[in-house]
Amino acid sequence: MNENFIQINGISKHFGNVKAVDDVSFSIKEGEFFSLLGPSGCGKTTLLRLLAGFEYPTNGNLLIDGSDITALPPDKRPTNMVFQNYAIFPHINVEQNIKFGLRKLGLTDDEIKKRVDDVLALVKLEGYEERFSGQLSGGQRQRVALARALVRQPKVLLLDEPLGALDKKLRDEMQLELRTLQKEIGITFVFVTHDQQEAISMSDRVAVMSEGKIQQLSAPNELYKNPENIFVSDFIGETNFLKASTKSKDGDQINVAIEDLGDFKVKNNLNIPENSSDVVCSVRPESMMISRDKSDWDICLEAKINQTSYLGEMTRFYVEVSGINKVITVSSQHFDNQSFDNNTCFISISLEDISLLQKK
Amino acid sequence: MFQAWRNLYSKSDNVKAYSLLSPALFLIILVMLIPMALMLSFSSFTQVSMMEIDFTPTVQRYIDFFEKSLLVSLLIKSVKISFIVTLITLLTAYPVCYYIAFYVKKNKMLWLVLLTLPFWTSYLLRVFSWKIILGTKGVFNSTLLGAGIISEPLTFLMYSEEAVIITLTHAWAAFALLPLYVSLEKIDFSYIEAARDLGLSKFEVFWKVTFPLSLPGVIGAILIIFIPTVGDYVTPALIGGTEGRMLSNMIQAYFGKINNIPLGAASATIMLTTVILITAIVSYTTKRLTQRLS
Repeated sequence: MNENFIQINGISKHFGNVKAVDDVSFSIKEGEFFSLLGPSGCGKTTLLRLLAGFEYPTNGNLLIDGSDITALPPDKRPTNMVFQNYAIFPHINVEQNIKFGLRKLGLTDDEIKKRVDDVLALVKLEGYEERFSGQLSGGQRQRVALARALVRQPKVLLLDEPLGALDKKLRDEMQLELRTLQKEIGITFVFVTHDQQEAISMSDRVAVMSEGKIQQLSAPNELYKNPENIFVSDFIGETNFLKASTKSKDGDQINVAIEDLGDFKVKNNLNIPENSSDVVCSVRPESMMISRDKSDWDICLEAKINQTSYLGEMTRFYVEVSGINKVITVSSQHFDNQSFDNNTCFISISLEDISLLQKK
Repeated sequence: MFQAWRNLYSKSDNVKAYSLLSPALFLIILVMLIPMALMLSFSSFTQVSMMEIDFTPTVQRYIDFFEKSLLVSLLIKSVKISFIVTLITLLTAYPVCYYIAFYVKKNKMLWLVLLTLPFWTSYLLRVFSWKIILGTKGVFNSTLLGAGIISEPLTFLMYSEEAVIITLTHAWAAFALLPLYVSLEKIDFSYIEAARDLGLSKFEVFWKVTFPLSLPGVIGAILIIFIPTVGDYVTPALIGGTEGRMLSNMIQAYFGKINNIPLGAASATIMLTTVILITAIVSYTTKRLTQRLS
């Protein structure tokens, strides 16, 4: 397995004064399901288009499987793309769409037929050969786009938010299917999405992007459990931020003063310096508990509940702790909605689950 | 009464459609269907003398038309001139529209307005101005004479088929720009990117994707130019001379100087039929051609 199958070396792309991609370097492994995740305008699509050859970088170079593709036009690259709107040619039918990219590969008629049949079976579209784009549902169009790209057997498949146009249920189905398909055929997938749940559930690794830069590149569970900065912590999942300042270090741990709560000792994975006031503690909803009675957790505070809003798996509480209003989000299973007397409660936090992060 | 009408109007889509169409429908019946019917019936009569017409139905006028080699050759010439005009217009307008649709990022509307600006003046004025440009003492000839490139004025520029073709091409170009532009503008750029991604060169992408997708505009432009130019009468009359005369000028003569209204009506009917046939063939073959291309 080639660890540096796709190499992105110091890539920048400027549009006028806008730095869409700003000096980005990383590698993608062979056979990996890799996601570029970020809010709109973060540069993820531009990076994908640079890989496809629709844009050329202002600086830096791109290598796929050891060869420099920086200056190659799209038709000369070992990549194929699934477009956000699928771009199924409307004037030809499904079969002709799939065959479209095969004509330049110099295959015999038998080989073409075999490839088309195989890919149609792979995406479960047998019997749809004669249909036109207008006669297909969103999900079917997506499969045609996938088949059309895969039939060329590219080294890398680029996917530009391919599930964005589908409804929730179909999207969940397609997520699983795409993941299974990718493992089956073993082609490297580079997947662009703004949906953190999608990226986390499908990918081997995720690069979180913001303002043209990579904020963090790691496995999905690492992104959630050990975010490296406030942006990632906020973007991936729900979290509660508590203002704090650091004091003295104590081995792997550090003493922090959390605003309105007091002094505590927490783990210091990111090696944040002593006596810094620009830090926050991030606490995931499942690491907090709201209860009627006092708990024996590391932090336990009395609070007054002003308002609650139920969000399904999570519940948002608008509380007052020592006269200061705070909003906290807690896993719904961690409290009993009926049991609060006079709206008073105890908020408990486990120190183990606090991530200490530095402001930029 | 009013209530009954309101009920009928809100319940039936047909009533709604026809009442909304009625002003246009009325106009079309008045200025199109009735004159058409009159023309068809006149083509079956016989002109006996200056003021006298025999109303016995006959197809003799149509036979007359095809027995007069002048009329047949004028018909062929009309079709040929329009065909050339249509072709030149398409070949010049298509790249312009392609450029505006895909390469102009800002102020596309301004470009279109500037391109169509000359066409805001009257058709007749534009025809006359070509007379000034192409004439023996015109801009073109006097420049060439003054520069010493030629010693005698070029005479083929005026009162010739070429003059008619030049003038008509210019006169109708704007009408080709709009349908072509609209059809190209509508093409999602991701189709072009997808085709490039699937291994086609820029040239191949044009023939396999861009051109087929712009075909509705191409057919539209062909019809919009071909139909009116076949029957154009002003330009050949003013610019064409005897060389550039077209069938429409002859038809006008039949209704006027020559005073053979039935033969004129028959000629007009034949011309109309020819245009309809050619239009149908063009639309059909272009569609088939695209399917073959992709």
